[in-house]
Amino acid sequence: MSSHETKPPHVPPPSLWPLGFAIGIACILTGLVVSWPAVAVGTVLAVVFGFLWIRDVTTEVREPAPHVDPETRHVAETTGAAPPATAGLEAMPPSTEAERDAYPRSTFLSAATLGLGGVVGGLITIPVLGFAVLPSFTGQKEQQVELGPLDDFPEGEWVIASYFEDESIGEVSRRTVFVRNNGFLEQAPSYTILFSRCVHLGCPIQPNGIVYDDRKKTVGNKQQVELTPSLVTGFGCPCHGGQYDTEGNRTAGPPVRALDRAEFSIRDGKLWLGSFYSVGSVDSTGARARIKKYGRAVPGVHVDGPEAWLYPIEIPR
Amino acid sequence: MATTPAGRTKNPRRAQLEAAALYPVDWLEERSGLVGGLKYFLFRKVPRDTSWAQTLGSATLTAFLVQAVTGVVLAFYYKPDPDKAYDSIVHITNDITLGWLVRGMHRWGASVFIILMFLHMARVFLFGAYKYPRELNWIIGVLLLALGMGEGFTGYLLPWDQTAYWATIVGININGTAPFLGPFIAQFLQGGASIGEDTLSKFYSLHMLVLPGAIGGLIGLHLYLVMRLGVTSPPWSPTAAGQDRVEAPASTNGREGLVRPSGRGGSNGE
Repeated sequence: MSSHETKPPHVPPPSLWPLGFAIGIACILTGLVVSWPAVAVGTVLAVVFGFLWIRDVTTEVREPAPHVDPETRHVAETTGAAPPATAGLEAMPPSTEAERDAYPRSTFLSAATLGLGGVVGGLITIPVLGFAVLPSFTGQKEQQVELGPLDDFPEGEWVIASYFEDESIGEVSRRTVFVRNNGFLEQAPSYTILFSRCVHLGCPIQPNGIVYDDRKKTVGNKQQVELTPSLVTGFGCPCHGGQYDTEGNRTAGPPVRALDRAEFSIRDGKLWLGSFYSVGSVDSTGARARIKKYGRAVPGVHVDGPEAWLYPIEIPR
Repeated sequence: MATTPAGRTKNPRRAQLEAAALYPVDWLEERSGLVGGLKYFLFRKVPRDTSWAQTLGSATLTAFLVQAVTGVVLAFYYKPDPDKAYDSIVHITNDITLGWLVRGMHRWGASVFIILMFLHMARVFLFGAYKYPRELNWIIGVLLLALGMGEGFTGYLLPWDQTAYWATIVGININGTAPFLGPFIAQFLQGGASIGEDTLSKFYSLHMLVLPGAIGGLIGLHLYLVMRLGVTSPPWSPTAAGQDRVEAPASTNGREGLVRPSGRGGSNGE
């Protein structure tokens, strides 16, 4: 050590607090142009770091800090020099009762590492998991679709109507419904609107009958609606052979319920598609159909009967 | 330092050359122990009558590596966007040099990978290689099989043609019929109440990041356990795996379990 005593005495390192103070001021100035919250943040930074800076600078002016003896550890009485590290645990001096009861430093450090690691991991994982899962369930909107003037839906005839569910993403969202004008029941108009997705596993069902492609009509609206008249005796699914009658009841194959339907409304002489719902089964036909109606379910899922108990939680819309 | 084996004299010039050639290896070994580790991993005792059926695991690993490499290169040119995906596949197949070959390797290699997984599984089952102490490796293998099938499911959508689109709808709806949480799984997979613009990129991300990462990690565990537990003797083998022809003196380093554990199982000819 003696050779070092000729060197100049150790000077405390320059304070870093002015840097934080400067950042705070810069934040205030930027905030004045950009946004008020930034000014608040800058003010807090400037005040905190300014205080620390002043405290640092005035240390020598104020009374000197009280002298504190460095913390020392009680060393058990040993004979001569400490045993070498290679001597192992047996060579350690016996610990006293108080030492054994004390909370050891290593325990504290491992708990702190695990705890802080857990906090940091949670802070990262929870938002990421939320971002991965929640967008699929929130903000799901069901659009109202204008299917076209009532004249295009003659009484008693089927019309295949396809449209963009979300015109901003285009062809990916093209959906198809089968519409039949049932005429009037006690002066109230009635339409049967069947969704084209098979309730087995969601393939597109096709009408059993004739599709008059030459009479296809494009309604020039933003949903790109196409109307194709058709002669329908039932519906069939090409994927696994599900068959339905004209009310959407299953007649053969693997489907577990009747075809999904949509509500409708009439505005300014035009037919509008309403919200979709799932159907257990349909009695009677046309305007007099009695429909067992349920909330919209995924294809392949029972909506009534004991099998429906397997799906007790409905996805909130 | 490279040393010549005792009892053999070498041309000093040749020894010098050898030392120079091996210098980088020695340099690496001295600083990392990686060379020794690799030797420990690769040069292992296997039963004398190991059969060709026991190469199916390595074959599966090779198939996975082919998928990984060709998949990375396909990702250079593929665009996971509903408007561009199909066109980019057509571009890869018809326009880009050797694109037809690499896409073909990936497309057919996928089937090879799945088939080899099943063959490997059948071999393990028929050899009884899933028994103590290898049950955990069977479980990891089943997870790998499930993840591999997930790769098949997510990759099938990517060409974005009619087959891909409707097959994925069917696949998602099969998930939807699982009791209790099925509808939620389906809606999560398609990223909304119905298939939309995010479904394709979600499947792409699962296909090239999430699932291969998980498969890679589990393959590491799978191989570690193979290394630790040794190769199973075939059922017709008269000797236990890893056993020396002459009874070796008992080891005193306490690591027999790491090198020759199979004698403990009592199910392989002991």
